[in-house]
Amino acid sequence: MNMPRWMHQFASLKYFYTLSRWLPRWLALACLVCFISGLYGGLILAPADYQQGDSFRIIYIHVPSAWLSLFIYMIMATAGGIGLIWRIKIAEIIARSSAPIGASFTFLALVTGAIWGKPMWGTWWVWDARLTSELILLFLYLGYIALQSAFEDRRVAAQAGAILALVGVVNIPIIHYSVEWWNTLHQGPTLTKFDKPSIHLSMLIPLLLMLLGFKTFYLATLLIRVRSEILEYECNSAWVRELIKGINNDVK
Amino acid sequence: MRAYLNIFFVIVRRDLLLAFRNKAEWTNPLLFFIIVIMLFPLAFGSDPTLLKQLTASIIWVAALLSTCLSLETIFRTDFEDGSIEQFILSRYPLLLTVNAKILAHWISAGIPLILIALVTGFVLSLSNQTMFALCTTLLLGTPILSLIGAITAALTIGLRGGMLLSLLILPLYIPVLIFSMLAIQNATVGQSITAEIYFLAGILVLALTLAPIATSVALRIRLS
Repeated sequence: MNMPRWMHQFASLKYFYTLSRWLPRWLALACLVCFISGLYGGLILAPADYQQGDSFRIIYIHVPSAWLSLFIYMIMATAGGIGLIWRIKIAEIIARSSAPIGASFTFLALVTGAIWGKPMWGTWWVWDARLTSELILLFLYLGYIALQSAFEDRRVAAQAGAILALVGVVNIPIIHYSVEWWNTLHQGPTLTKFDKPSIHLSMLIPLLLMLLGFKTFYLATLLIRVRSEILEYECNSAWVRELIKGINNDVK
Repeated sequence: MRAYLNIFFVIVRRDLLLAFRNKAEWTNPLLFFIIVIMLFPLAFGSDPTLLKQLTASIIWVAALLSTCLSLETIFRTDFEDGSIEQFILSRYPLLLTVNAKILAHWISAGIPLILIALVTGFVLSLSNQTMFALCTTLLLGTPILSLIGAITAALTIGLRGGMLLSLLILPLYIPVLIFSMLAIQNATVGQSITAEIYFLAGILVLALTLAPIATSVALRIRLS
């Protein structure tokens, strides 16, 4: 009973590895194209904002990274849940590999927000609802990573992490709304927020290009991480040994 | 059904007995709670009007911190002496055991916390409305702390150090803290606290339904 299932899982990792061989390069290429055109459009072509001048241009980094920080958490929790229910190894690896990337994007969103906030709001940090929930998200990511590194066994680590990520997903809306409520009751709605619906098309198109670029960047880095995780995972199996042997022979 | 109820209360009783026999383990988080409350006036200065504003917040933050400490012990001894394996292997559902253990934790850690908070609030002469809000939020909030904390405690049993546990739980505790603080602030200025109380009750119901399931899955994973 166990053998075919085990072999199936074994095969699927190998299959994924060979299948995804060229994917990171193409994704990186797409990412590069998006970045160059998006940054050119955003930093040079788009006009300066009538209120904020040139400092609004940081949204081309800030908004995509904030968006990805939530998106990656959802991917992480979904993949974790799939791994928990069907014990699919590749889903566990995807969840595990997503965490550091997501944490970096969350950090980037916070830092770019602070850099933008200094000239605009006159302060690096305010206890605005969005800022606070983004900070809490960073702590959720860091907790996940800390939990992952506490276990020796990868499979136990992946399953424990999946539970934590799922608990986090249930909590994220509660945290979001509680923080929003807390903030609006405390500080009133005077705080300026970026009004997105009124954005001009010449500013919007570069932003969408940057979003696409960030997403392809995430996929490319994710695949690179996943592929190296697969090799680590399967380091004692025959196909990985052969692969390494082949590479060593090529070098010689 | 009767057998299930029986085993539930047997486990609650066993855990409470263990807690009260091992007095140091049971009282240390409570002492920690009192000391943290005591530290804040020393740090802020003894201005009575300022302290009156801050007392309820201090009590809540101290409650969160001391719950982190007391949660460390909820599954630890059972993990070390192998009782949890027996709970998993027994013919009674693990969910039942987990529920009983969480209830026992709340009785041994949560209720003393509320009592100490009451005394502290009384000594620092909080107004009646504030006292009422503090009591209600603690009554609704501390079970949530035990429930959510049990998940992370189950995930981290057998791992070295309680630091990881606090790191994982505290972000998850933020909504409870925020709603309790809102209720207390509303009560201080004489406004209704119904909305916040309903929110806390809602979170409690959600935690009651989901947290024991997550905890038992986590225990199974850790012992697989």
